[in-house]
Formats: sequence, C-alpha cells, structure tokens
Amino acid sequence: MKLTFNWLKDHLKTSLQEKNLLEQLTNIGLEVEKVENLTANNELFKIARIVKTKKHPNADRLKVCFVNVGEKDLKEVVCGATNAKEGLITIYAPPGAVIPKTNTKLVIAKIRGVISHGMLCSESELNLSDESDGIVELSKSKYQKKIGNNFFSKSESNLIDLSITPNRPDCLGVRGIARDLAASGFGKLKVKSERKIKSKAKQTINVKITREKGQGCTAFGSCLITNVKNTESPEWLKDKLISVGQKPISAIVDITNYVMLDMNRPLHAYDADKIEKSIIVRNSKSGEEFTALDNKNYRLESGMCVISDNKGVLGLGGIIGGIRSGTKFNTKNILLESAYFEPSSIRKTAKKLNLDTDAKFRFERGIDPLSIEEGLNKAALLIQEICGGEISNIDVQKIENFKTKNIKFDPNLFEKISGFKISSKEMLKILDGLGFKFKKEKKCFKLNVPSWRPDILQDVDIIEELVRISGYDKIKTIEPLKNRIKSTLTQSQKLFHFLQRSVASKGYMEAITWSFTDRNYNDYFKDKNSEIRIINPISSELDVLRNSIYSNLIMHMSKNLDRGFKDLSIFEIGPVFKGSNPGDQNIVVCGLSAGKKSRLSWIEKERYVDVFDAKRDVVQTLVEAGYSYEKFIIDSKTPNYYHPGKSGRLFLNSEKDNIAAYFGEIHPNILRKIDIKTETLVGFEIFLDNLKLPKKTLNNQKKNFITSDYQKSERDFAFVVNKNTKAQDLINAISSVDQNMISNIKIFDVYEGPNIPENQKSIAINITIQSYEKTLNDNDLEKLNKLIIETVENKTGAKIRS
Amino acid sequence: MSDLKKLKDEFFLKLKKQSNLSEINQIKSDLFGKNGIISSEFKKISSITESKRKQFASDLNIIKNELQDLINLKINEIENLKINEKLEKEKIDITLPERPFIRGKIHPVSQTIDEVSSIFSEIGFSVEEGPDVENEYNNFTALNTPDNHPARDMHDTFYLDKKKERLLRTHTSPVQIRTMMKGKPPFKIIAPGRTYRSDSDQTHSPMFHQVEGLHIDKNINMGHLKGCLNYFIKEFFEVDKIKMRFRPSHFPFTEPSAEVDIGFKIKDGKIIIGEGDQWLEILGCGMVHPNVLRNVKVDPSKFQGYAFGIGIDRLAMLKYGINDLRSFFDCDYRWLKHFGFDPLDVPTNYRGLSR
Repeated sequence: MKLTFNWLKDHLKTSLQEKNLLEQLTNIGLEVEKVENLTANNELFKIARIVKTKKHPNADRLKVCFVNVGEKDLKEVVCGATNAKEGLITIYAPPGAVIPKTNTKLVIAKIRGVISHGMLCSESELNLSDESDGIVELSKSKYQKKIGNNFFSKSESNLIDLSITPNRPDCLGVRGIARDLAASGFGKLKVKSERKIKSKAKQTINVKITREKGQGCTAFGSCLITNVKNTESPEWLKDKLISVGQKPISAIVDITNYVMLDMNRPLHAYDADKIEKSIIVRNSKSGEEFTALDNKNYRLESGMCVISDNKGVLGLGGIIGGIRSGTKFNTKNILLESAYFEPSSIRKTAKKLNLDTDAKFRFERGIDPLSIEEGLNKAALLIQEICGGEISNIDVQKIENFKTKNIKFDPNLFEKISGFKISSKEMLKILDGLGFKFKKEKKCFKLNVPSWRPDILQDVDIIEELVRISGYDKIKTIEPLKNRIKSTLTQSQKLFHFLQRSVASKGYMEAITWSFTDRNYNDYFKDKNSEIRIINPISSELDVLRNSIYSNLIMHMSKNLDRGFKDLSIFEIGPVFKGSNPGDQNIVVCGLSAGKKSRLSWIEKERYVDVFDAKRDVVQTLVEAGYSYEKFIIDSKTPNYYHPGKSGRLFLNSEKDNIAAYFGEIHPNILRKIDIKTETLVGFEIFLDNLKLPKKTLNNQKKNFITSDYQKSERDFAFVVNKNTKAQDLINAISSVDQNMISNIKIFDVYEGPNIPENQKSIAINITIQSYEKTLNDNDLEKLNKLIIETVENKTGAKIRS
Repeated sequence: MSDLKKLKDEFFLKLKKQSNLSEINQIKSDLFGKNGIISSEFKKISSITESKRKQFASDLNIIKNELQDLINLKINEIENLKINEKLEKEKIDITLPERPFIRGKIHPVSQTIDEVSSIFSEIGFSVEEGPDVENEYNNFTALNTPDNHPARDMHDTFYLDKKKERLLRTHTSPVQIRTMMKGKPPFKIIAPGRTYRSDSDQTHSPMFHQVEGLHIDKNINMGHLKGCLNYFIKEFFEVDKIKMRFRPSHFPFTEPSAEVDIGFKIKDGKIIIGEGDQWLEILGCGMVHPNVLRNVKVDPSKFQGYAFGIGIDRLAMLKYGINDLRSFFDCDYRWLKHFGFDPLDVPTNYRGLSR
C-alpha cells in the first residue's frame, strides 16, 4: 500500500511530523517497508523528443537515438526499443537518475562500443505500469510544447510504502490508515463530506443478480452518468496519482482509481452504450470466453462470477473488466459499478485463471459491504465535476442483506492474555476510535464490529486491537523460570547429535544440502525406492525428493573437485524419503571421501582412500555411539550403487533384522557416467532409525570390572583357506573355542601367491591367551592350540600351514 | 699395607688411562674374578697372623671399595659417552611437518540449532520434531489458514500431488499441531527443522531452517512471551544488553501477533547487535489462536499460551557474519572450513555457547 503524508492529511488533522508518522505506523502494525524521496529524483526525468535515429554499428537490435531534451545539444542515447523512431515523444533519464523499478543509478556507459548518455524509459521502468514492451509514447498534441520539462510534477511528500497484512483490507485505503492513526492518538480523523447524488433520473439499465448456488456477488450498486466528456484529469488528481506511483490515464479511470486508493472501494466503469440491454450477474458456463482489459482472452470454467449482458460476458466480477465495454476518451455514457464480491469466490477464480489484479487483491481480502453507495456518490460527483454529464439515481440490487457482527467482550480477558492492565474507559476510547459501536452490559461490553473489519470475529481479535493501539511496548517482560520437567532431548535425538559430531571428528566436513535433488542423479542411488516427484519444482532438474543423500553429496563433491581440491571428506545427516506421505522418511548419516590419504607427505606413504577407511569410520562411529563391536555382523550384500566386490553392510547383531550401515566404494560405472574428477570415491550410510536404542544406559550396560594378573601368552597361526572364505568365519571359529581364555585375535597377514595353492589364501592370526584362574603351563597351552586348530579346520575347511 | 697400596696405585693408574669398556671389564675380572688379585688377597686373610689380620682385612676392604668405585665410575663415564655420541647422530630436523591430520567441521546451521536448543533447555523447553512432508491440514488448515485464505499466498508451497494435499512444510508450525494432537497440556516445546518454500533468489533459498516454539499452560500471557524471547536473544547473541522491539503483525495462527526486531548497527563492516538505531526483523510470534487450540482439542477457556517461529539461518548469519543465505547449502569446501565449527565445540551452558 503506497501513500503520502499529504494524502493522509485529507483525512487526518495532525501537527506531527513525518518522522513521528513513520514510527507510529510501525507501532500500530502498519509496517513501513520503505520511504522514497521521489521529488529530487523525479525532477531528473525529462520529456524528450527523438530527433534522429541510426542503426548501432555493432548491434543489429540496438539504435543510436539523438534526443532533444530541451537543451542546446542533442543527447546521444543507445536504445533497444523497437518503437524508438524519429519524432517520438518519450521520457529521458540522464546519467545520475535512479530508475524507479530497478533502483539502479544510471551512469554514462559504453554499449557495444557506443557511448550512451542516459536512457529512454519504458512505462514499467518508471513504475507507471507493467508495460515493458518499448519505451513510453507520449501524445504529440499534449507534450509537443513541453519538451525539456519535468515529466513528473512536484510532490512535497515522500512516498511511503506500507506492508499491509492480509487481515487488514480496511488499511488498503488511505482513510482506513488515517482512522487507525487517529485511534492511536496520532491526530484527529476528519469528518467525511457526505455529498450525495440528488437525482430524479432513473438508472435505466436493468441489473439482476441471479440466485444460484455459489453466486459470488451479493450486492451490485450502479448509477448511470450520461453525456460525459472524458478528458485528461485535472492537475490535482494527476499529481495525487503520480505521488503514489500511479499513471494517470483519463479522468474517468483516474477517478475510479482515486476512490479505490482513498477509501478501498473498487469501482468499475462500463461504456453504457456497449452494454446489450441489461446486466446479469451470474455464474459462468464452462467454455465461455471474453477478452479482458489486459488484452488477453480468457476461457472460463463453470461457476465463476461474471458480469454479463444479453450478448455474453462483460467481465469477471471484482477481478477484471472486459475490452468490449471498456471506457475510452470518446465514451459518452457510463455505467458505474460498485459491488460486493465474496472473497473466496474471487480467490478461487483468480487462482484458476492465474490472474492477479488490484481489484482482486482487495476483494479477496474483503471490501466494506456498506461502502457501495458512498463509493458511487463520491466517484459520480467527481466525474460530473470534471467531465460534466447527468447522474442517475443509485440502483442497488442485493440477494443478501449484510449484517454487522456483535461480540460480547469481557474486559477482564484483556489482562489475562496481554499481561497488563488498561481501564475500561481507555478500552472504549480505543474501540470508539476504530469505529466500534458499544453498549455496556453488566460487566461486559456489547460490541458492534464496523463493517470494514471482516477480520474481527471473536474476543481475542478485540484484545489484539486493544494491545495494538495501546502499544506493544506496554507488554511487561516476565523473566522465564529455569525449571525443567522433561528432558530436553529424546534418546534418538541424542543419538543424532552424537553421530553428527562423531563423524565430523573423523575429518568429515558437515554439509547441508537440499532435501530434493536432480532426478538423473537420484536415479543412480534410488535402489528399490520409487521416485517422489515435486509437481512445482524450482527448476525442472530439481524435481524429486531424494531417496539417498549420495546424489547431492556427489554433485557437491564433484563441484569441489572442480575447484581444485583433491582429498576431501564430506558428510550430511538428514532425511531421505521413501514415499510421499508424512513420515515416509528416515534419517541417514552419509559420508563420502575422495582422493588420497597422506598425499605428498615426506613421512607417510600416500595411498588412495579405500573401503577399509569407510569401514573404520562406520565401525568406530557405532562403537563410540555405544554399540558392541563383538556383536557386529558384516556381509557383502549391498545396493547396486556400490562396487559389488568392495562394499559391505553391517548389522548390530546376529539377528540381522535391521541394516545399520552400508559402506564401500561407489560403483565405477556411476563415476564414469557422472564424469567426476577423482581417482577414487568411497562412502558410507548409517541408518539412524535402524539403530536400536538400548533400554539401559551405557553405565548400566557395563559388566563388572575384572582383570587377570596371570601370565599372558601369544601364539601365531597361519591357516590356508579357500579364497572365498571370510576372515570373520575364522575369527568366529577361534573365539568359539574358549571365550574366557582367548582375549584377543588379530589378523596380521593375508597372503596369496607362490607357495600357496591356486584359489587359496593364507591368513595369519595372532591369538592372545590368558586365564582368569591360573598361570597356564605348556601342557594347557598345547591343548588349547590343538583345540583351536581342530575347530578352525572343522568349521571353515582351513588347513593349518606347517 | 705397602703391597696393597702398590697394588692399588698400579691399578688406579691403569684404570685412569683406560677408555675401552672391554679392557676395563678385563681389569675388573683380573681384580675381582674367581682367581682375581683382590679375591686372592682375601683368601690370604685366614693365614695372616692374628695381630695383623684385622688391619689387613680393613685395608683390603678399603682398597677393594676404592677400586670398585673407580671401575663403576669408569664404566658409567664410557657408557655416557657412548650414548651421547649416539644421540648426537640421531639429531633430526624437528621443523619438518608432523604426520598429516585432517579436521572435520560442524555446519553453522547445526551449531546454531545446538545453541538454540541449549538456551531453551535451560528454561524448560524440550525438543520435538515433525516430518518434512506434511499434509495440507497440518500445514495450513489446522493453523487457522483455511483454503482460499490470502495468507496462503505468503507461502510459496512445494506440492507433491495435483490435489495439493501433500506438500513440503512451509514452516515448522505443523509440529505444534502434531505435538498438541498427541499429548495433553501443558506443552513447552521447541521444534527446529528444515522448511521449504518455492522461492529462490539472493535472499531466499528453497530450503531453509526454522525453530518453532510453543508454550501452552493455564496462565501464559504476552508478558511470558516477551520474557522468553528477551532471554533467548540475550543468551543467543551473548550480549548483556539487547534492544528488542515488539511490533504488531498478523499470522493466522496467533492472535495477537507480533514481529520482533532487534536493534543493531554496522561498525567497520561488521554487524553489532544490541547497539545502534537500525532495526532488523528476526522472528514472528504471538498468542496461539483459540481456533488452533480448538482444532487440536485443547480448551481455549482453560489453556492459553504463546508460539514463535525463528529463522535459524538468519540467526546464524547475524551471529557469525555470513552474508549470503544460499552459501549455506552450496557445500563449498572453503566455506565449510571457514564458517564450520570444531566437533568438540558442543554448545553447553557451563562452557558457554561459543568460544
């Protein structure tokens, strides 16, 4: 909502300054978005005539224009508009001027080798309209003698742009803002001049609102103004519109705009001669068409509220009028419409047709249903004043009578919600200022809500008004109590934070990437999940919810590699999606490493990161998180985006019910297809929701602390096994021999090659043996050794290497 | 005695000249071996006349000790010399780099969420969560934003189906609904998380983070709201003094509603919170609308309270001087390294939120 202090003063008597005004507006909830000093800048824009044009030497689409701006020398300006031609009168902005639309300051610039001194402006660049096609074309007859003059007339008042919340349609008019200010003690609201049409002439065009289901119009007021002479608006009116950034068009259009801006009462003017017999307000039929004032043709669905005549649709009620009955400079007879349209009907129609107009914006928020006649009176009399003609009486058709709302309000509720006190007298003063009528009834107020406040429905709404106008600074600050009833985090939330920091502590940078991703990348990693589409993505590539974090991580890894980094580890902890219903998501910790360990180190041997790095990070993280290493089960069944031979999955226990993690090299085919510049890429995924939360605390899970002080002994074994025998099987076999005596098992070598039969390998194992009861003698040890060898050979088919 | 003395002098001289460890060991065995000179002298004791025996034994013991001490001294000297020679050879260039290490970092948004949770934990809030995919009811309707309400325009929503029933939540407020639906008052929760709006430019990212707050009890009024936020902002920015302004605003799910600005100034290109006369909007809040309470079966005549929603990314930007919202999700290694936090820096009350 744009306004000026000057315009506000039409409704408000105040001696306060603009600085106070801006503060007060914000204090009462009418947020000042920005304040522009238009005057100084506006004076830079000159009426100018293109004297001569020539083709730009280096660009086909550009012209070099020689422009008369009222100075001795012509200005040389490069222009791309197709309508820039000799003789055109337009608007010139010199270097130093700030273009209103883009807020950029013009400088003298070389455009494709030709110096341009300023620019010729389009209507949209000057915020005059949305027209951005070509530069402004001013009428020759009117502006011929004004070359070099300022285009904008002087305005003493700054342009104040307010951000009006959707609940306050009344403040989409200057009067409403003045009323709020006055209620808050900022000046006094002036009494409206209630000039009324006094006419004996009848409104002769018959208006009918059909009574049908879903009718979006409940009241339609109109009057006929005959024999007008549409003309240019007088200076005061033009200045007023320009002062709030509107473009004057013709008196009739300007007056309807003025009334709309002044009192938030949208009106529509029809060329009465173009209306075929009568006006019918009805639901549209499917397939009906009309051309609107934006020159676009609209094909309607059934059930949209249209204003029609006997021939067809004239316009969409409360949204946009049609070309067929639009007013022009030569229009002689006008039918002026002032109606009430249901907000939900307006919104539905505008949404379906993807139409956004000023009228729609106002009607969907709710127009004062009791302003129909006042709007007609004000506009018709102004039209008569400026354009002459005769006004008919006002005809109002209604299918519903508007009733104002009554609210019973208990003043004690105010302190209960706001936490501070104001007197009943003060309350009533505020409500009176806002236009409420009231009666005291025992301890309550019986309040009658003003018709322009559709947002006020119940007692809390009254409280808001009272707090807002009294001032939010009156709310006391009550210090919060420092007591906690419930623990801050749940167990799984604690685990989330633990895993996050545990992985980061292993050298991974935490990334946060979008929950949606590129469909092509997602395809590589979606495994058995189905794709979840976003129907209105920000770009056609980012149109699916991620089934895995890998897609985004790899994309970003690739970008970082392109930046010249080689050895990187990144991770993300966040949701992945498996369906499009709320809750079809899981939390995953996904890590990804590229490149080498110890690259270019004088002391360490450099090597590629490999699957055992990823395995260590997964295993260590889970152990740190409190899961028991001894119980982990690992096998090699992994999704197809991992290297089939160099990847694994981990279960927390032998029940294998939930997969705790995957780790491994990313499939070489994927690396090839996405063309990522790295020697190697390994990653892991830990599935937080699959990690069983222990019932006991870590402390309670611990066994008693027992140590053995008896002699330890170590024995080395080398077993020859089939190539596909798993190390884990050997370890399991050994530890099954005697869990109390065998305290540590280490694989210190794996060998294939000469001296070992083909398809077999040798695994060398170091075993630590210690008893809790006695020092073992040679005999005991020998017995145990034998048992170990026997067990391993029986269980795994291994042969001890002699 | 003179014989013994001669013996002593002779070996003293020999030992002093000697610097070879094996020679010294030879002398040692010559003297103290089984048939060594000193050992032989001791054997003589019994054959010496009684009158001289005591004296002889005493002298011999003295000489024995002196010689032994000298031998030990010599051995020690030589071993020290050897170690020192070895150490001299083992000297390395200690300025060469250590074995390589790598550092991981925690993302500023995660760190900020932890800071926020830590602050609200102190005043009794617990953390709730909700799904990223929401239904239209929880995200809008239950929050007093029925279909065809213009406030829906303020949220550019990502939808997952043509009927617009499933969507990516546009704010964390649906967690209010979920929390109140499944429990009984009082409620005192915060809900940090990802939120989505189909908006993408310099100052908007299609994904961002919010933290929702909800406190419902019997007599919670706007003073409690102000006190809670005042406490939070002071703690979060780690300043003693803040300038905070409550300004009337409108959200369909709160009534009365407010937006909160904090005062700041720019000094040497850096933002200073709590001073100056410029205002920055950082959150929206209000008293939970009775319609919302009714929708979740909480009786508004018995229970009331406040809710707020804060932009987490915005908070992180202000506190840590980050200019560009979109850079949060660009995953630029240099950026993560620069703005990230050490994983050991867990924000806590006793250690302080940040270093």
